[in-house]
Amino acid sequence: MKYYLNHLEELESESIFILREVAAQFENPVILFSGGKDSILMVYLAVKAFYPAKVPFPLLHIDTGHNFPETIEYRDWLVKHFNLRLLVGSVQKAIDEGKIKEEKGFNASRNGLQTYVLLDELEKGKYDAALGGGRRDEEKARAKERFFSHRDEFGQWDPKNQRPELWNLFNGRKHFGEHFRVFPISNWTELDVWRYLAAEEFPLPNLYFAHKRKVFERDGVLLADCEYITRRPEEIVNEEIIRCRTIGDMTCTGVWRSTAASIDEIIEEVATSRLTERGGRADDKRGDTAMEDRKKQGYF
Amino acid sequence: MQGNNSTELLRFTTAGSVDDGKSTLIGRLLYDSKSIFQDQYDAIEEVSKRRGEEGINLALLTDGLKAEREQGITIDVAYRYFSTPKRKFIIADTPGHIQYTRNMVTGASTANVALVLIDARQGVLEQTRRHAIIASLLQIPHLVICINKMDLVDYSQEIYDRIHDEFEDFASKLDVHDVNFIPISALRGDNIVDRSQHMPWYEGSTLLYYLENVHIASDYNFIDCRFPVQYVIRPYNDDFHDYRGYAGRIAGGILKKGDEVMLLPSGFTTRISRIDTYKGEVEEAFPPMSVIVHLEDDFDISRGDMIVRTNNAPSQEQDIDLMICWFNERSLEERGKYVLRHTTKEVRCIIKEIRYRMDVNTLHRDMNNRKINMNDIARISIRTTQPLFVDPYQKNRITGSVILIDEGTNETVAAGMVI
Repeated sequence: MKYYLNHLEELESESIFILREVAAQFENPVILFSGGKDSILMVYLAVKAFYPAKVPFPLLHIDTGHNFPETIEYRDWLVKHFNLRLLVGSVQKAIDEGKIKEEKGFNASRNGLQTYVLLDELEKGKYDAALGGGRRDEEKARAKERFFSHRDEFGQWDPKNQRPELWNLFNGRKHFGEHFRVFPISNWTELDVWRYLAAEEFPLPNLYFAHKRKVFERDGVLLADCEYITRRPEEIVNEEIIRCRTIGDMTCTGVWRSTAASIDEIIEEVATSRLTERGGRADDKRGDTAMEDRKKQGYF
Repeated sequence: MQGNNSTELLRFTTAGSVDDGKSTLIGRLLYDSKSIFQDQYDAIEEVSKRRGEEGINLALLTDGLKAEREQGITIDVAYRYFSTPKRKFIIADTPGHIQYTRNMVTGASTANVALVLIDARQGVLEQTRRHAIIASLLQIPHLVICINKMDLVDYSQEIYDRIHDEFEDFASKLDVHDVNFIPISALRGDNIVDRSQHMPWYEGSTLLYYLENVHIASDYNFIDCRFPVQYVIRPYNDDFHDYRGYAGRIAGGILKKGDEVMLLPSGFTTRISRIDTYKGEVEEAFPPMSVIVHLEDDFDISRGDMIVRTNNAPSQEQDIDLMICWFNERSLEERGKYVLRHTTKEVRCIIKEIRYRMDVNTLHRDMNNRKINMNDIARISIRTTQPLFVDPYQKNRITGSVILIDEGTNETVAAGMVI
């Protein structure tokens, strides 16, 4: 017998360790569920970490109202399959109640509005740890993110005031009103996530696999045609074979021309891809430091 | 998980002085191993052009936050990822400024390999020594000295040899076991991924070859069984009525079903009846696996307890000597009280004595000036409220390490290694 783990087994073990650490160190943690493969992986790892006991955290989904219908369908399946508890924070409701104002114009997105609803839900639920599926390889502002990321009483992230993390010792101590964002899959790359889910034969939303959809192009990004986006007259809708590489709101998730219909084909495509997955995210294109700026305000 | 998933994970840390080309080296590794995406490449190409730089500045790939891009320096540990068919690599990229020893210590704590960069024109500097001392303090198993900017010294073997000897002379005073030297040019790509055409006198491997092949399977302690209990799994449902499992990550040794074990702190002995994972039972478990251990007898065990072999226990101490690296702007207080974390246990401790401050550039022990400020390394004695189950750090990096936390601010103020 060889006494070493392959890299996916080691990443799994690390993530399970973090998830159990959260259960031990915090009173009221919650999993932020976006519907994307990273939060799906996180939920699956949480199931593994506590089996045969139930996952000791509920799922919180901030619903912008602009989701792909497939996302909601999958979310409900997942919750039922693993006997989880789901909480939904609604951006639409916050808009209706006049707490936040919808962006206007062609590139209007509810991405920024999520932050308000998220912080509001965290405060209402008195959650002291919010688990997120962020990965350090995703974006440059995330390369320095901790596993246990401290947020002040305003939910804000201060890159200069983060605690050093050494060995496998995680400091989750906090004052009243503060909370932590915890990122159990920090060390996974996009390819790791796919390879792991493939090896585990875990079912994923159909959006990730090649399918026919009505799409149009804007600023070099292919978007799904839907009622939430106002098209310019010159933006022409075509039916194409596409898939999503990341899943977010329909308004800002770029889709890719792809014929990858199985997880192995996806791995092949990701492994040879010349563009990062967030390259298709309109929300990141709002400026070179868009992610860093949103993070400071309390974004995921 | 088979096939191309059977790659190992190697963590390495990079340390370098301000202008010795560390960011360029990482950029080069990412670029030459084809881990850079087109959109990232386009972005740095554009920035390079805008700044009027010649060619593509690979260092821009690793510059993260707005603040540091403005200042052109890296101010925190950043993690980078790349992989080859043989291994997946995690780089803890730490800045080399004097005030950021804490970042270097942080990056070093989990590393298998440390890369220390030396500018061939400058030779061994104070900062080089400091990096090597930290690597030895943190017991990074493998050290690679990259003598960089060889292109600027005409790829001279003489200069390489001189730096090599000078470093080796110094390293003999350190507790490092595996030191390698590679002459490189990160900017030109010499000996990074491909062998240099300019240094036929160098017969060793390229940096990437080294990273892909260095033996890391023995970097964990597989001898002394240590299982810190992290979390107790009790399902409270009808299907698993009497289920009581102890979840945790193996910190040392190989646990087997049927092993006679001792529980700490109680000292009771029992046997391992089963080792569980989500996928089912396993016969053996070893570091760094996360598993659930079941015992034959029912005992009251909780988080912070440790399961060990009967004939091989760690020491159970309340009086502990530590080497620490101080992280905080507020100095260490003699007689001060702090929260201490060790494996899955949290206790309080008092600083009994500051023995000496160690000069990280010379290894000199300063007994006179014992004020411990941010980035200082010191030897201290503490007393804890409850016994800890510790091994010397040299024997086990997991059961031999602690962090200190300020009780008022909750900040992590120090990293400690058990002597």
